[in-house]
Order: sequence, then C-alpha cells, then structure tokens
Amino acid sequence: MTTTPSLTAEELSLGYGDRTVVSDLDLSVAPGAITVVVGANACGKSTVLRAMSRLLTPRAGRVVLDGRLVHRMPAKELARKLGLLPQSPIAPEGITVADLVGRGRHPHQGVFSRWNEQDDEAVAQALDATQTAELADRAVDELSGGQRQRVWIAMALAQQTDVLLLDEPTTFLDPSHQIEVLDLLTDLNQARGTTIVMVLHDLNLAARYADRLVAMAGGRVHAEGEPAQVLTEENVRAVFGLESRIITDPTSGRPLMLPIGRHRVFEPANG
Amino acid sequence: MSADLLLRPAGTARVTTAADVARGRARRARRRRTVVLVLLVLVVAGFAASLMFGRTYYPASDVVRVVMGEQVPGASFTVGRLRLPRAVLAVFAGFAFGLAGVTFQTMLRNPLASPDVIGISSGASAAAAVGIIVFGLNGTAVSVLAIVAALGVALLVYVLAFRDGVVGTRLILMGIGVAAMLDSVTAYALSRAAEWDLQEAMRWLTGSLNGTGWNQVTPTVVAVLVLAPVLLWQSRNLSALQLGDDTAAALGIRVEHTRIILIVAAVGLIAFATAAAGPIAFVAFLSGPIAARIVGPGSSLLVPSALVGALLVLVADFIGQYALGTRFPVGVVTGVLGAPYLVYLIIRTHRAGSSL
Repeated sequence: MTTTPSLTAEELSLGYGDRTVVSDLDLSVAPGAITVVVGANACGKSTVLRAMSRLLTPRAGRVVLDGRLVHRMPAKELARKLGLLPQSPIAPEGITVADLVGRGRHPHQGVFSRWNEQDDEAVAQALDATQTAELADRAVDELSGGQRQRVWIAMALAQQTDVLLLDEPTTFLDPSHQIEVLDLLTDLNQARGTTIVMVLHDLNLAARYADRLVAMAGGRVHAEGEPAQVLTEENVRAVFGLESRIITDPTSGRPLMLPIGRHRVFEPANG
Repeated sequence: MSADLLLRPAGTARVTTAADVARGRARRARRRRTVVLVLLVLVVAGFAASLMFGRTYYPASDVVRVVMGEQVPGASFTVGRLRLPRAVLAVFAGFAFGLAGVTFQTMLRNPLASPDVIGISSGASAAAAVGIIVFGLNGTAVSVLAIVAALGVALLVYVLAFRDGVVGTRLILMGIGVAAMLDSVTAYALSRAAEWDLQEAMRWLTGSLNGTGWNQVTPTVVAVLVLAPVLLWQSRNLSALQLGDDTAAALGIRVEHTRIILIVAAVGLIAFATAAAGPIAFVAFLSGPIAARIVGPGSSLLVPSALVGALLVLVADFIGQYALGTRFPVGVVTGVLGAPYLVYLIIRTHRAGSSL
C-alpha cells in the first residue's frame, strides 16, 4: 500500500460564468479518514468537490495532491489516484453491471493495451466488496436505487484510487439503503485506508459517519473538525439559518441534531 | 493494490474470482465477434450479388474477370463501369453513415441525435447542391465545400444549443430546425437547375447512387480509410463519455478534447459520403439502433453499426433498382424504413415520460 496521500485546497476561488461560488477557500483533507462536507443548498460544497477532482478549473488558488498540482497532472494519472462519483452518473441503456464496473478500469488501460488479468481481478474485488456479484449479468437500468448506487460505487472501486470523492451518494435512497451505502464506504475506508470525501445532506448521518466534518456557508468553510465540535446549535444556526437542539445520539455517542421550526414543538422558534 | 487488502464483510465467503469476470466478458466478446463476422459475410455477399444480378445476369466468373481488369464483352461495361463503382460507393457510404451516426448517438446519449436528424447531412447536401448547380463545381471541390458546410452546421448547432453546457434535447431541436432551413436551401438550388435533371434533384433530396462514377467514389473511400481508424482509436473514450461528462472526466478522459476529435471525424465521414451519394435518408439514424439490437448492450457498436450501414445501403439500393417495377433512388427505400422507426422512437420516449 502506498503512503496515505494528502489532498489540500489552497486559496481556492471557483465560479460558473459571472457567478462566484467559492472564494478563497482553504481545506485540507485528513489522509486515510472520512471527511463529510455539509452546508445549505448552493453553498458551494459540490463545486469544491468538482474542483478537487479537476472537473472545474479554479479562478484562483490550487488543489494539491501529494505535492502536485491536480490541474497540471495528466488526466489518466490523476484518475488512477483520485476517483469521483458524481451526483447523477448516467448508465447507458441496457449495460450490464459487469460491463459498467469494468469501465472503472479506463485510467489503467492504454489506447492499444488489451484488457488483462489485473483488470478482471479489480472488477471481481469491486463486485465482491459491494455485494453486487450476483447482479453481474443484470442490466443496470432494471436494478433498484440502492443496488444501482452500489454498482456505481463498485465502478469507482474498480478504479482503485487511494482517494475517493462522492457527491451526495445517498440522495434518493431510502433509509436502509442510505445506511448500506455509508457502511460500505466505511468498510472501504477501514479495509483499504481509502481517503473518502463526500457531500451529504443529512446532518445526523454526516455526524455519525464522519471522522471529520466540514460545514460550509457562503462559499467558505465555516467550521471544521470532529463532529462534536462542528455540529453545534450555533453552527447550525449560522450555516443553515435553523434553530435546533443538539443531543447525544444514544446509539453512537455522536451529536444528533433535532430541528426546531414554528410548529409541533414545545417551544417553537420565532418568526 | 494487492489481493490481501480485499474488502468484504466479515464471515462471507468470497464469491467472485477474476476467472468469473473473465468468463462473462469472454461470452459477450464472443457474441460480438460472431455478429461482426456474420455482418461482414453478408456485406461481401451483398456486394457480390449487386455485381452479378440486375437487368442482366453475369456469372461470378465473369464478374471476377472484370474486377481483375480483363475485358469481357458486355460485362466490362455493365459490371465494370456501372455496377462496380455503384456497389463500392454503396458499401463505403453506408459504412461512413453507420459509423458517424452511431458515434453521434453514443456521444450525445440519444438515438435521435443522429447527424441526419440534426442537420449535418442537410448542411453537406445543401452545400453540394449549391456548389454543383449554382457554381458548376465538381469532384474534390464539392467534397471540400460539403465538409466545410457540415462542420459549419455542426458548430452552429452546438453554439445555438450551448447554455451552461450542451443538453441533448436542445441540441436535437435546434438541429431539426437548422435541417429544415438547409433543406429549403437545397430546394432553392434545385429550382434553379435544369428542370429535366430529376436524377440530380433526387440525389440531393433523398440520396441516390444513380450514375455513380469513380470520381465520386474515390474521395469517400479515402475518407473512410483515414477517418474510420480515428474513430476506432477513440472507441474506449467514447464508451466512457456515455457515462456522462463528469464520470468520464473522473475516469481520466479529456472530455472537450475527445468530443472535438469525435465530432470532426464523424462530420468528415458524413460530408464525404453525402458529397458523393447525397444524404441517403436515415442510414446514419437506423444503423446504430439495429446494431445495438443484434450485438446487445455494453460493447462498442462502432464496427457493427458501420457494417449494418453498408448492408442497409446495398440492400436498399438493390430493392430500389429492381424489386419495385420503377427504379427508385436508394434514399426513397431507406426513407420508407427509417420514418416509421423515427415515429416509434418518439412515441416510446414520450411514454417513458421524458421530452425527446
């Protein structure tokens, strides 16, 4: 196993067209840990993920992976070190699970090199790890949402990168499948030491699964650190504009956020 | 990464081995190989048949002698001068249309996004018609004009459809509009042509192989020999692009760079084939989906689609010439096949709840 890689964003400014989404952001990802990024809609969390994986060129600042500028690395070399699962990947009509997972081998293949035994081995491992082996010959578009997400993760695993970025991997999944996906990613982190950075919407799941939590607001990092330090009533108010109560999750010891609106609580929020 | 770092839930036996994966892959590859081989045999058989059969029958031995350059009374003219260039153009133009069509459909992830639906063939056709009829050009000049116009149309449609990235549906609707405009340019050019030149008119309206000579065949053959390998070389990148731009980029594809290579090569194929044979209706549009049906999903469709295209044009031209009493240009026959499929596709996508 290679030494755990370091991934940092330095003085990063990002935007689309005339719009600046992220300005002057510094973020260093803890190697070998699970980092979860949370924040309100349009706070720039997905944009940061896109810039870290080079889908977006920064206006200013830089992303550094193991001392090298991500935006200067050859595309395939970067893809062997850092994987990304976008929010809504597209499965070609009728493609089988095994074929889709095989596409993850792309960065390991040259233009003329043939598919080899290492590729088969990587696909087999990825299918096993995600428990999608029995689905290998099924068409991706006939699977359930949870199965499909496992298949996409399998594709990212077949890519065999030390760093994996995921943009809202649990969106559109029911609770049991959300847990299944997050458990799988934790397995991956513990068994292979893969550094994981993901954007999640659900604050409580974020606090439970994260080693480090990053709360973004207005294109900047508002707070970062261990979940207990970051998920506080003040921070929830500042980042989401939401009143809340934080208690200790009796099942995990992690912080648990209980939102307080204007109705259906003993002491409603004002306004 | 070594095998001992294998990740699996504790207590579950490992179920998949590299050998399992290899077996599944080999099975799919076998099917694809068989399909390609069968298509190849059919194309060769169709090619041979179109040289032998017609108003007059010539046995295979005569045909072979003519092709080898011998003088055979009767056959040398009919086979050597009439049927051979026509059949060669049928194969290469069909190959070009099939390959370019499936490239566009795969790249834009929509079976409607074929170059003959989104105006690229219309652009090449209008340019060729204007060049020949209005400016009296011929040969290479026509091909050059067609390729410039086709690239121009591709760029125009791309720019018109661009708003924070290109969305397939918008591009298709823009393309259909541009195609309608360009078809009217063709119709205008034809209205200025000598009114007895119906053959020429049919060529630019629906595509036709009538009166094909070697001077039309050569540029198309050269274009296929140069551009087809470019597309085959890009075939893995094309498969990755199918997963969406973000996923493709995450797999190490330079998305814009790859897309430009694919577009230029595919548009080039369309332009050269159209300059020689006209926009043979729906061949680019039909070949990919037909190939997908036979090969099954997952593997590259480039070669199967190209062969399906060649076979379609060969068979449609044969039907148009001999099976219907009157001689119809090839595009009329392929149009009759293609139009119902277009309607079916639109009905089906509407049922699925999406718009286009």
